[in-house]
Amino acid sequence: MATTAEDLAREDKLQGLGCSRKRKEDPRFIQGKGTYVDDVKLPGMLFADMVRSPYAHARIKSINKDKALALPGVHAVLTAADLKPLNLHWMPTLAGDVQAVLADEKVHLQYQEVAVVIADDRYIAADAVELVEVEYEPLPVLVDPHKALDDDAPILREDIKDKDNAGQGPRKHPNHIFSWEVGEQEATSRAFDEAEVVVKEEIYYPRVHPSPLETCGCVASFDKVKGSLMVYITSQAPHIVRTVVSMLSGLPESKVRIISPDIGGGFGNKVGIYPGYVTAIVASIVLGRPVKWVEDRMEHLSTTAWARDYYMTGELAADKNGRIKGLRVNVLADHGAFNSHAQPTKWPAGFFSICTGSYDIPVAYVKVDGVYTNKAPGGVAYRCSFRVTEAVYVIERMMDVLAQKLGIDRMELRMRNFVKPEQFPYHTALGWELDSGDYHTALTKVLKAVDYEGLIKEQAEKRSKGELMGIGVTTFTEVVGAGPSRNCDILGVGMFDSAEIRVHPTGSVIARMGTISQGQGHQTTYAQIIASELGIPSDEIQIEEGDTDTAPYGLGTYGSRSTPVGGAATAMAARKIHDKARKIAAHLLEASENDLEWDIDRFKVKGVPGAEKTMKEIAWAAYNRPPEGLEPGLEAVNYYDPPNFTYPFGAYLCVVDIDKYTGEVKVRRFYALDDCGTRINPMIIEGQIHGGLNEGFAVAMGQELPFDAEGNILGNTFMDYFIPTTMETPHWETDYTVTPSPHHPLGAKGVAESPHVGSIPCFTSAVVNAFAHKGVTHMNMPHTSFRVWQKIHELSLDKRE
Amino acid sequence: MAKHNISFKLNGQQVNALVESRELLVHVIREQCGQTGTHIGCETSHCGVCTVDLNGESVKSCTVLAVQADGSEVMTVEGLAQNGVLHAVQEAFMQEHGLQCGFCTPGMLIRAYRFLQENPNPTEEEIRWGLSGNLCRCTGYQNIIKAVKVAAEKMQSV
Ligand code: FES
Ligand code: FES
Repeated sequence: MATTAEDLAREDKLQGLGCSRKRKEDPRFIQGKGTYVDDVKLPGMLFADMVRSPYAHARIKSINKDKALALPGVHAVLTAADLKPLNLHWMPTLAGDVQAVLADEKVHLQYQEVAVVIADDRYIAADAVELVEVEYEPLPVLVDPHKALDDDAPILREDIKDKDNAGQGPRKHPNHIFSWEVGEQEATSRAFDEAEVVVKEEIYYPRVHPSPLETCGCVASFDKVKGSLMVYITSQAPHIVRTVVSMLSGLPESKVRIISPDIGGGFGNKVGIYPGYVTAIVASIVLGRPVKWVEDRMEHLSTTAWARDYYMTGELAADKNGRIKGLRVNVLADHGAFNSHAQPTKWPAGFFSICTGSYDIPVAYVKVDGVYTNKAPGGVAYRCSFRVTEAVYVIERMMDVLAQKLGIDRMELRMRNFVKPEQFPYHTALGWELDSGDYHTALTKVLKAVDYEGLIKEQAEKRSKGELMGIGVTTFTEVVGAGPSRNCDILGVGMFDSAEIRVHPTGSVIARMGTISQGQGHQTTYAQIIASELGIPSDEIQIEEGDTDTAPYGLGTYGSRSTPVGGAATAMAARKIHDKARKIAAHLLEASENDLEWDIDRFKVKGVPGAEKTMKEIAWAAYNRPPEGLEPGLEAVNYYDPPNFTYPFGAYLCVVDIDKYTGEVKVRRFYALDDCGTRINPMIIEGQIHGGLNEGFAVAMGQELPFDAEGNILGNTFMDYFIPTTMETPHWETDYTVTPSPHHPLGAKGVAESPHVGSIPCFTSAVVNAFAHKGVTHMNMPHTSFRVWQKIHELSLDKRE
Repeated sequence: MAKHNISFKLNGQQVNALVESRELLVHVIREQCGQTGTHIGCETSHCGVCTVDLNGESVKSCTVLAVQADGSEVMTVEGLAQNGVLHAVQEAFMQEHGLQCGFCTPGMLIRAYRFLQENPNPTEEEIRWGLSGNLCRCTGYQNIIKAVKVAAEKMQSV
């Protein structure tokens, strides 16, 4: 503990845990010196572009590439027939299914990859795409997932139509992917039969797209002489990409080098493996030249990983006082044409079973059915941890619905049902062990900050005047930090993560992690962890990620797992170094290890003023005169397999005013209190929260990827797909409490996704609440002006006097 | 395809390029001139990550033909710092945590630079309007707006 001014100065110099250290990434980005995939230019590099299907479901009768091949500057046109001999026309998905790399005999979705053209530059490639002649025979299209399991539904996946398992358990129809259930069905039914009050609501969570500003792309470069492959790629999980590429290509993993350079946002979209990557790699191997593939925005929105598309039926059973007795949720999940959601293997519905939320619910049952439709494959975690967003949405909506039915204030109903601080670690009815929380304090703090009583009064006045004002609330619990390898793996690889730290003789540090930043600022925050653990200033600590040749194996960054898993690995690796440093210090000071105490950046001999060695002195000694029997050098690696997930939580409140003639929803106030345990860099945390709230706002208020009856995607440009600008974006107010995780070495829980997960139901809660006095219990997203106006109109609230 | 010799000033340096009629300015800046600070996010004028300054006006270089830039002065994010000294908007973005993944940042900065010439002392509302052509997926805009405000104050005080 620092006490004197001199101590404080020493501690400040470290810029360790809890410091709002300025970001180390920024200097290159503000000067245009970042290196994103599309900035990579290699000698002799060619460009790949895709021929895509105009139909959502059709048989390919013929493909004629002659005209395209005749165009000067075109090097190759590849189709499934060309990939077949290499056995690369299909690839495994992360969910145990297979996905066509290039359409094999038929197309399953609009914009599906049919052929790839390789040319000298992107203009010639685009010209050649137009010259590839494909003859299609259109087939009946399956758009509505509710019809997927009908007897007369068109069968989509002929390749697996006779298989009774598509990688995630038994299935009951050729268009069925899996049934997944968890909890106690009978006990839950009993709770409902015996309950004094029961509520039920149909809730649709629309298909949305993470849409980072940088689209997906790669540069593949195969060296024929060395037999090695290097790929720059927009990936949130480069090590997994290496494993998959090695498995697909037959190249030894040691000859495959995957580099995730700077990434222009990911939000879950850049976890999977896309056909564009595979075809660029194949083309480079075939042609022996570097090949770049970078998709455009329309391709990105049409074919890469989207999220949600859950039709949820939520039910709560309770007594008259609002004490919940049971929860039941049934879900129909539209997964598109291939099951390529990126969940840990054993979790076909991700962590959806966290849907008991922050509440003490004695019994619950959840069932999810996944089906195929003629749409893009996906169902990824868009700024959330594997379906947590859907889970939080359903429970938070149901809490509002129950409160309304009982005539109990929504805050009060939550207070009555929260898991109490003394109940932690709390075992939920669906199998989670919530590590720590203090939900009552969080909500109480928010209600006070926004003057909830005052808002209720104001709302009553407004309602009496016929004006529409809504107050929204959510009190969510997230589950992040996947995850313990006993139940979390991807393609059989456990979801641990790693850190490798080297202290150089002069006391500066290089450290590498298995995660990869896409804007989260790892270069800044990981250094802070090491600084606090080792007493070496952050500025002397270099962080590197994303190059599989140098970084230790890790599962990457998504599901808010960097801090809970990568951060823990970093702390543990640093502690190994710390332990060794203690031995060296004892040797140098001729004292026993037990007589030493750690003080910010040095070991001191207890009770002997001046007998001390700084970490820098120790580092020098480690390379110069280590104690006998101790290896020279000062470095460590840690692979951290977390004992449990972490469970960040928060309480959010939103106030909206709705124009009853236009349906326009104005967010007047948004107050977000987050508890992510120990806070590593408050500035970065706040930035992450702003961003997450804004993505939540986007989802709630405008984002959706709709399809027409023919399977044409209707929202695949930034003209149609809502990305909030500065004009729509509300002002954010943030707050926090700190309830450390008891099992994480630093007590940190992860934060970047909470604001997305937590804010979405809060916006819906506010919009619906504006109509609650008219008996409205739920409105589906997105809450666009038109849709809200339709509700107003239906309720005749827009009559002019 | 017809080719044209064009020449323009890029960040103060005269450049010559041989371009097709249809070639986009952003591609010429990035690929021929090798200045990759200017990004591409949509190619439809919606996202603003390709924003550059063309003869003193902000334009989206994904929808400007390179031939249109013939004889003009173009400035990109690479031209903001002078003699190794960062521009006030660059300083302010770093100071106020106005960026995360950095992909929108060059467009934001070059737009903020021009906006503050047009309106040296803006209100928050005016900043929001002035930057509304530039999308950001990471920051929720709040710190970007703060950064522009801080940059304005800094520029006023010198
Ligand atoms: S790339 Fe030019 S506006 Fe998006
Ligand atoms: S910082 Fe990532 S898009 Fe703006």
